[in-house]
Amino acid sequence: MNTETAPLESRDWTRRDALKGIGATLGVAAFAKALAPLTEWTQDLSVDQFLQKHYKELSPMDLAIVLARLEKETKEQYGADVSIKDYKAQPGVKFGYALNLSICIGCRKCAEACHIENNHDRPSAQSYIRVFEMQKGSLDMEKGNAHYDHPVPQKDKFYMPVQCHHCDHPPCVSVCPVEATWKEPDGIVVVDYNWCIGCRYCEAACPYHARRFNWTKPQIPAEEINPDQSYLSNRIRPQGVMEKCTFCLHRTRNGKLPACLEACPTGARVFGNLLDPNSEIRKVLAEKRVFVLKEELGLKPNFFYFFDV
Amino acid sequence: MNTVTAEPLPRPTAAESVRSHWRHYPRFLMRLVWEAFDGNWKFYVWMTFLTCVALVGANAWATQVRDGMGLTHMSDHVSWGLYIANFTFLVGLAAGGVMMVIPAYIYHDEEMHKIVIIGELLAIASIVMCLLFVVADLGRPDRFWHLLPGLGRFNFPFSMLTWDVIVLNGYLILNLHICGYLLYMRFRGKSPNRKWYIPFVFISIVWAISIHTVTAFLYCGLGGRPFWNTALLAPRFLASAFVSGPAFIIVAIYAIRAAIGGNFGAGAVKTLLNIMRITILINLLMVISEVFTEFYTGGSHTSSARYLYFGLHGYNALVPWIWSSIGMVILAAAILLCPKVLDRPVMLIAACVLAFAGIWIEKGMGLIIPGFIPSTLHELVEYQPSLLEWKVTAGIWAAGLGIYTIALKVAINVFKVQRSETDV
Repeated sequence: MNTETAPLESRDWTRRDALKGIGATLGVAAFAKALAPLTEWTQDLSVDQFLQKHYKELSPMDLAIVLARLEKETKEQYGADVSIKDYKAQPGVKFGYALNLSICIGCRKCAEACHIENNHDRPSAQSYIRVFEMQKGSLDMEKGNAHYDHPVPQKDKFYMPVQCHHCDHPPCVSVCPVEATWKEPDGIVVVDYNWCIGCRYCEAACPYHARRFNWTKPQIPAEEINPDQSYLSNRIRPQGVMEKCTFCLHRTRNGKLPACLEACPTGARVFGNLLDPNSEIRKVLAEKRVFVLKEELGLKPNFFYFFDV
Repeated sequence: MNTVTAEPLPRPTAAESVRSHWRHYPRFLMRLVWEAFDGNWKFYVWMTFLTCVALVGANAWATQVRDGMGLTHMSDHVSWGLYIANFTFLVGLAAGGVMMVIPAYIYHDEEMHKIVIIGELLAIASIVMCLLFVVADLGRPDRFWHLLPGLGRFNFPFSMLTWDVIVLNGYLILNLHICGYLLYMRFRGKSPNRKWYIPFVFISIVWAISIHTVTAFLYCGLGGRPFWNTALLAPRFLASAFVSGPAFIIVAIYAIRAAIGGNFGAGAVKTLLNIMRITILINLLMVISEVFTEFYTGGSHTSSARYLYFGLHGYNALVPWIWSSIGMVILAAAILLCPKVLDRPVMLIAACVLAFAGIWIEKGMGLIIPGFIPSTLHELVEYQPSLLEWKVTAGIWAAGLGIYTIALKVAINVFKVQRSETDV
């Protein structure tokens, strides 16, 4: 039976074995060297961050510690004093948004306001809103163009901003393998930026191109950082995770309006509580010629478009 | 009626049996390590080459983790690229190994049965590569533990990705068990106990189908991506897997023959060739069926297909890829269908390489990428992998081939030792 292990036991150490030993050592050393960038990367990562639980599993105490840590990290990494809060959904509220295509002029002020309000990466000019210049007489997105660069509005065009539709049946939520994204009681679809693993399945699943990935660590000069932040919305996102429009929940859950609405010079945007029968948005839904994008997919968006001319 | 002529040998007690495993299993593992680091100069050159490529890949990946996936050419428009393309293809390769298992265990093809472990080991190496490609594609590999049931939050059964995690790891474990058990028994010179592997072999056959079906469901379940949202996707995945799997195995058999000589695996090659002759035609039929539906119907739901095959609004980065793929597969089919191809190994190997490469393109650049082009809002943003993505990809392939080489070497040598022992 010893024949099995004969090559190991019945031989003396030879030059060949020594060479093998050297080779193996060099191999291990080379792999350590090759993976060295990982050690540089982990310098920015704390153990607490690594072990942090899912948002829904954090006790109020845990959450307070996490928020304080995130504020500290923002100070260390961006040099800005910020306040990161956690605003909860209010009972009896379900948010909805409507956009008047008859008067939108395609100025992209909404996209710009989003960029500033939500502490987006500066070099990529990121925003949760894309504005499409559409050919009059067609709703075919294939004829739209998001990269127009000329005075607006053009006579034969109309303009269609697109952002997260906060669907009632959000495909992005069902596909997430780790429940890092979910629909809040007030209808807002959020992401736990500290739980997302960055697989981007949600980005593939979303039919409205509403999700964005942090391909690099966001860069923002300290003086440009919006210091009024919240955990589930506009705090500066880590590298390698998904993000999306949150209907500015840090504002809207405090009785304010979304930044994109406030920035709109034409009043094309209507935001409000769908459960309040006297709200302006309910009036729009009841009286205007309203449609939703890609209704045939059955996702029940809470973002509506309408014409009133 | 049987009459007992001799007292059977006393069976070892359970305790003795466990003790003997404690003694022999570490030796078995030592033997595996020994085999991994010992060989002739060809083996050293090959393994050193693979190690170097794997090192380049490891370094590229570590850089990507540090500096962000902005180093790839993926974007918010084309959010999956070369990594997921390779992942998809390799799930097929893993499933394709079953085309040896079915003849061996269901049709009792003796010649196939002798070397079926080549297919099972291919499944192991392919799944390891799949898992590496998934990790390479994660923005936050440090949060991998969020996927672990119990520790993290596993969105089962809603997310198809959780299904994929289960079936891929399950398939890996099944094949590790089957191969590990058979090798260990051979190593100890015992005949394997059927009840410890036959049931698992049959489970693995069903499981092989499931891994590629579930992987297809990852894509075809997305209503917002009409290019993927077709019921033909899973069958097409399987048909192409049953081309690429046997193609790879035929080449591997010829490589082994070059290393150890003899007429190794001649019967198996014949069976695999016959399988490929059918599956490559089924695959082509499905391509034609897809192409017809897309182009005869028209409309904006077919713009991805128009982009892929002919280019759209002046964008045509994928056109050369897909036509080379179709050309390779048709040429491979033509060669494979020649009655004399078995007598001309060079032609056979060429056909296998063509089929393999053609399907690699079809599953990757031809399936994953055009699903994103045009984007869901019909914006046309193109994608060509960056150098870093090619490095990581090459590194993972090198690691996988290294694993496969070692696994084959172990299998062949352990079998040889067992043979010489019984001869004595």
